[in-house]
Amino acid sequence: MSDALLAVEGLTTAFETRAGTLTAVNGVSFDICRGETLGLVGESGSGKSVTAFSIIRLVQPPGRVMAGRVVFQGRDLLSLPEDEMRQVRGAGIGFVFQEPMSALNPVMRVGEHIVEALRVHGLATRTEARARAIDLLRAARIGDAERRVDDYPHQLSGGMRQRVMIAIALACRPPLVIADEPTTALDVTVQAQILELLRDMKREFGISLLLITHDLGVVAETADRVAIMYAGRIVEQAPVRDIFRRPAHPYTRGLLASIPGGAAGSRLHAIEGTVPNLASLPPGCSFAPRCSERMPACSAAFPEATTLAPGHSVRCYLHPTPDSRLPIPDGAGT
Amino acid sequence: MPPLVEVRNLVKHFTRGGGLFRPKSVVRAVDDVSFHIDEGETFALVGESGSGKSTTGRCMLRLTEPTSGEVRFRGEDVLSFSGARLRTARREMQMVFQDPYSSLNPRMRAFTIVEEPLVIHRIGSRAERRARVSELFRLVGLDPAQLDRYPREFSGGQRQRIGLARALALNPSFIIADEPVSALDVSIQAQVINLLMDLQQQLKLTYLFIAHDLRLVRHISNRVAVMYLGRIVEMGATDRIFEDPRHPYTQALLSAVPVTDPDAPNRRIELDASRVDRDAPLRDVATGHWAAV
Repeated sequence: MSDALLAVEGLTTAFETRAGTLTAVNGVSFDICRGETLGLVGESGSGKSVTAFSIIRLVQPPGRVMAGRVVFQGRDLLSLPEDEMRQVRGAGIGFVFQEPMSALNPVMRVGEHIVEALRVHGLATRTEARARAIDLLRAARIGDAERRVDDYPHQLSGGMRQRVMIAIALACRPPLVIADEPTTALDVTVQAQILELLRDMKREFGISLLLITHDLGVVAETADRVAIMYAGRIVEQAPVRDIFRRPAHPYTRGLLASIPGGAAGSRLHAIEGTVPNLASLPPGCSFAPRCSERMPACSAAFPEATTLAPGHSVRCYLHPTPDSRLPIPDGAGT
Repeated sequence: MPPLVEVRNLVKHFTRGGGLFRPKSVVRAVDDVSFHIDEGETFALVGESGSGKSTTGRCMLRLTEPTSGEVRFRGEDVLSFSGARLRTARREMQMVFQDPYSSLNPRMRAFTIVEEPLVIHRIGSRAERRARVSELFRLVGLDPAQLDRYPREFSGGQRQRIGLARALALNPSFIIADEPVSALDVSIQAQVINLLMDLQQQLKLTYLFIAHDLRLVRHISNRVAVMYLGRIVEMGATDRIFEDPRHPYTQALLSAVPVTDPDAPNRRIELDASRVDRDAPLRDVATGHWAAV
């Protein structure tokens, strides 16, 4: 795809543990176009954060990227030498983490974080950098930026810290920002402000956004397209409207139905069972044990992707591919 | 009939700081809070971090001693109890905590965790307690074959079920659930909420539900109180509060909840702090609906 800023193809990341090889990310593929926001949705252990860390090559051992390509601006990041990769982090891809307090250095002033980012990438001299830092804090809607630039992280509220994180992520004007659960630790009114800031930043700086979250409400308000992950695989991918209007995978439908909203006091729709242990995944579709529409075919092999509409694909035997009504056993899962 | 629980003018101040040459500062975590909970209902306290909702719950069970005020349970003032009287009262009032990862002792087996309240209150023989714990396990949807496992061997949802079994061990009539599902995955939250609603029916429980998730609160509670900076700023039947919020903070809070509809218009209301009169008393704004405006 020519207009894709980031193209992830068959990304597979595994962790070697005593319990065996855990494939946290299993053949994940998606594109992000310029100016687009992709929401990557999943529950804990689905592999959404490992996907993000794999893209910027910060997976810690015993984790290792086993296969796939991460093509960013025409170059495969997975085969880049480390010194070039360091240029990509920050200048090419900015990062916003869930917990700003642990991502910020507690003994560095807010402004120094930004100055450091600019200087590492050779984008400003020390004096210019300070002025740029103040500008960026102002852009992140931090009031009294001239004074805040000299604050330490502990002097700021959670919402302010997340604004600082966003300012740092944008410091080198990266075309892509990855935000991993950026509002999960925040109160709902602060969350609303941060999401609005991200939308504004996207417009003002023209960035693309990979937004990782477990909250479908956040996705509905922020994303253009959505990818739903379960046990290391993307099981459904669609424009945001299709995910909410025409969810095709039983897991997506289950997630949407488990959001409280029906008649008060009525039983909620629960997805029975628990997220599977990656060390002992069932053969075939990993959602099958919890699926209410399970068929014999589901335990044979992981279904291939079927395209339902432009940009809307799903991996489920409820939607067989036109040319292969029957599953092809073994190896078809990846 | 008097309400099952009544809280009157509850105050909890924390003093902090204060050095040789520095004056102490007082944080008014709970500042003159009053409400009642009827038998069999679910009453929700909602608010953001620092609003005082958890402190209110902890004061009611005297896990934190309040500065002043009254907490009445079946008409009797719990705050005046001590010794044996307090222990008896505590059998009736139990708490389920937010984080199933830190609220269970990792070095105790599930059986011991659930049995402990029975041991403390000297209830039953060893064999009777074993039978009771198995029964509680089944009640909360756990397999009694797993009684001897450690917390780490259970998933988050299962751990919250263990916490619930422990809270139910002494047959309480009133349970304070402080953010009982906020640490759980979305698909698991629904399981635990359904379990809480089933148990309420089955065991005739009364709940105080402390939460920040407004979608959830709307779903399970009969009445709601909204807390802001240590005070209740609005209180009433759940439907009334959600459909016709009167306090500026409630309006801002409700409008901030992300809507799971990509086509829904964005009607965010920002809180204008100048519109909030912190000292305004709660007043009747409609039948069964109070607001501090």
